[in-house]
Amino acid sequence: MVPIAWYLILAAVLFSIGIAAFLIKRNVITIFMSIELMLNAVNLTFVAFAHMWGQVSGQIFVFFVMVVAAAEAAVGLAIIIALFRVRQTLNIDQVNLLKD
Amino acid sequence: MFHARHSYNRSTGRIESTMQVALFIIFGLLAVAGALNLLFQHHPINSALSLIVVMMSLAVLYFSLGAEFLAAAQVIVYSGAVMVLFVFVIMLLNAGEEQHTRGSRMAYIAGIPGTAAIFCMLTFLFLKNRGVFGATHLSDSLSGATSNITQVSHQLFTSLLLPFEATSILILVAILGAVVLARKES
Repeated sequence: MVPIAWYLILAAVLFSIGIAAFLIKRNVITIFMSIELMLNAVNLTFVAFAHMWGQVSGQIFVFFVMVVAAAEAAVGLAIIIALFRVRQTLNIDQVNLLKD
Repeated sequence: MFHARHSYNRSTGRIESTMQVALFIIFGLLAVAGALNLLFQHHPINSALSLIVVMMSLAVLYFSLGAEFLAAAQVIVYSGAVMVLFVFVIMLLNAGEEQHTRGSRMAYIAGIPGTAAIFCMLTFLFLKNRGVFGATHLSDSLSGATSNITQVSHQLFTSLLLPFEATSILILVAILGAVVLARKES
């Protein structure tokens, strides 16, 4: 018997680490990976609540989140490739065309 | 209810209960360790591999929560497809160690307390309401002979058929977008 709150706290830990990685990391691919980590943390809360209520709706939410995340990964990585072609760098501090 | 109830004797239930707690602790700690490793590694390929560890352990947690279909989809879609794409791109762009600049030190100073505040707030809320959430009823999720794939697919193909078909268009658009964006300019 694991309390549902434990799963939620685990998801909160993963989500917070995702936020921290999003803010701290300078490599654009790693930042993108931390977004995936946050999506996974939210998926865990969906599955935990689906278990708590005994309904599959939460699991279907996770299914759609997975579909959107897969599409997002494909498009996002294509954008990163296009970015690298233009700027020759993956460091987001050097991608500052709008700032200058 | 999405699990068939099974009659089982008490000792089996106790073993399963211990097993679920053990699964949660082992794979929860593994997930947190992988996430921390993602945060502290400087090379993107190391971060990608530790993210795979996180996703695999989350798949085990989904399984222990009675979501067999999602556990399989997590392994196939996330650890399989998405992370392979990430590793491909890291190797294609020959991404090296990240250098730290002034911006990232600012992010350390501002980001760590903010993240800690968000985490404390979430944990406080979850612990305050833990009586409402209750506990997992594992007997029917781990020992259940039937899976929940039937229920998930029934919902997907009847009441949620339109959103399900819309995702196919979304994926088609994503494929086209990826091809157009990554194409070499002639």
